[in-house]
Amino acid sequence: MKNPYLPYPVRIDEIVTETEDKNLRTFKFVFLNPGDQKEFVYQAGQFAELSIAGKGEIPIGIASSPTEKGFLSFTVNRVGQVTTHLHSMKVNDTMGVRGPLGNAYPWEILEGKNIVIIGGGFAFTTLRSSIVYMLDPKNRSKFKDIHVIYGARTPGMLLYRNEVAQWEKRKDIHMHITVDVTDDPDWAYNVGFVPTITEQKAPAGDDDTYAIVCGPPIMIKFTQPILDDLGYAQDHIIMSLENRMKCGIGMCGRCNIGKEFVCKDGPVFTLAQLTDLPKEY
Amino acid sequence: MAPVMKFIRIDKENWERDLQKLRRSFRLIGPVKADQDCLFKTLGEGEFPDFNFLNTRLSLKSLVLPQSENMFEYSLDQSREDCHILKEVKRNPTQCVVFGIRPCDAFAFLLVKPNFDTPEHEDPYWKQAYGAITLVGLACDTPCSTCFCTSAGCGPYHEEGLDVLLVPADDHYLAKAITEKGKHLLKAVDWDTETAPGVAEKEIEARRLAAEKRITSFISTDHLKEKVTIDLYDAPFWEDVAFSCINCGICTYVCPTCWCFDIQDETRGKSGRRMRNWDSCMYPLFTLHASGHNPRGMKIQRVRQRFMHKLKYYVDKYNNGIQCVGCGRCIRLCPVNIDIRRVGELMNNYKPIA
Repeated sequence: MKNPYLPYPVRIDEIVTETEDKNLRTFKFVFLNPGDQKEFVYQAGQFAELSIAGKGEIPIGIASSPTEKGFLSFTVNRVGQVTTHLHSMKVNDTMGVRGPLGNAYPWEILEGKNIVIIGGGFAFTTLRSSIVYMLDPKNRSKFKDIHVIYGARTPGMLLYRNEVAQWEKRKDIHMHITVDVTDDPDWAYNVGFVPTITEQKAPAGDDDTYAIVCGPPIMIKFTQPILDDLGYAQDHIIMSLENRMKCGIGMCGRCNIGKEFVCKDGPVFTLAQLTDLPKEY
Repeated sequence: MAPVMKFIRIDKENWERDLQKLRRSFRLIGPVKADQDCLFKTLGEGEFPDFNFLNTRLSLKSLVLPQSENMFEYSLDQSREDCHILKEVKRNPTQCVVFGIRPCDAFAFLLVKPNFDTPEHEDPYWKQAYGAITLVGLACDTPCSTCFCTSAGCGPYHEEGLDVLLVPADDHYLAKAITEKGKHLLKAVDWDTETAPGVAEKEIEARRLAAEKRITSFISTDHLKEKVTIDLYDAPFWEDVAFSCINCGICTYVCPTCWCFDIQDETRGKSGRRMRNWDSCMYPLFTLHASGHNPRGMKIQRVRQRFMHKLKYYVDKYNNGIQCVGCGRCIRLCPVNIDIRRVGELMNNYKPIA
């Protein structure tokens, strides 16, 4: 069996600054050894460890979709030692990617269902992966209605703005973009917090409708009662958690919530699963 | 029918000569006196294990999970082709034989194994190191007052986890091969003097029962499995259990079943290594997010994590008993007298107020 701690060497192929505060950048990686790309088989919702020799590793959700071939992309917020160093790196620099890690969103269960994606801030990365995956011509027919409620603090803080604008124009996905505040008189979308927009725009919950919720704790806290009121059962609300991680494979011991390791048993959990576990995330 | 394991008689007068012979093909490790304690170390030429001890200050976990261990090497020299690419460190663990490990410490490896050797991933460092050791265990006739192995799924003559069980007698040892590895070892030293059928077995059985009776301290675990995780988690006694804790982490370092580790890069000049080090759930940095948020930022949360992991999460996750072998080191070395037996009692007897 291969060493699960050994990263694949990758080259930075492209760096895109996503937000007006320049704190969020999307890094596109290409594998140095073409064989590694074939081994890196992933699904939307999984994450990987980005590895920089001399700095360390960070667990980051995969923002590219498995339907996008030839590269991986990750949107990284500049906050700690590794991410700060990553933001100073340049196209063609070499680093490592270790993964894919963790469980994807439960795509087998989600097929044939209505999907409501609710995201806030920079937690939109694996949701972007999911949307691109579902909108792929080969996959779109596998899902019923798709709703996306995506909020950021300001218009300039929205990720993937060009793509989001493209999705807005499509008939096969219902986009509900929102910002907390804006003084832009031309802002054509919603203004209001994600829970409020969810209340106004999300379809009612039923057996055939699943919500995938990713965002800051405050957003999740206030969105949850709204989904309850809309009739979403706890096992129809899917969430992705974060915790400090090192190994990413359930061995180093720090990311547990109760007996579950966020890295290996998660990061995807249903709200029903989480109600039985300590809130240590 | 499984073949009856024979006891082999090893005369003490040949003991040193035999170990000397073994030293040619194995690294020998055994307990030696160090100040007032006994510690395991590699036995040099002319050194022999000292069996006159209760238990060692530290367990042997560092043999398989070293306190610090190199995982990868890298170069930051831009002129090199492999700059910034991690390379595996050559691992060639020497075959070693441990003499005098207590049955509790050997059993601990089996409790740790499901963490490092899983259907999805194998930790190559742990696995190779564990595969390279042969464990010759020393039966325990004189327990410490803090030993509670018999109620922790283990015992003073416990065989699971050992390759050979060694029982000291007056002028000889009685040895019993438990595994194929153990048989191989006995063969390698030509230890093949079988005792008369039935005699040694009866004697050992009587000594085992007597040794087990000498262990009078215990941990209660029979109701842990049926408890609801969140009930135990929310129990009011954690405030009291954690009150005196100074988060020094000694309990986790001396524990033979605590396996948590950290991964760190260390660079000197233009070359460096990625290494793993023991870590401890007692420290706030263990769980601190880059954002500043910390899910176990308070002492009470960390103390609760340690006991919940050992006595509830592990029990539920692996269906393998508690994550404790009853060696009592955390009780003996805790500077503020926190006692896992008392915490076990609180957890095992807890009934949430309806």
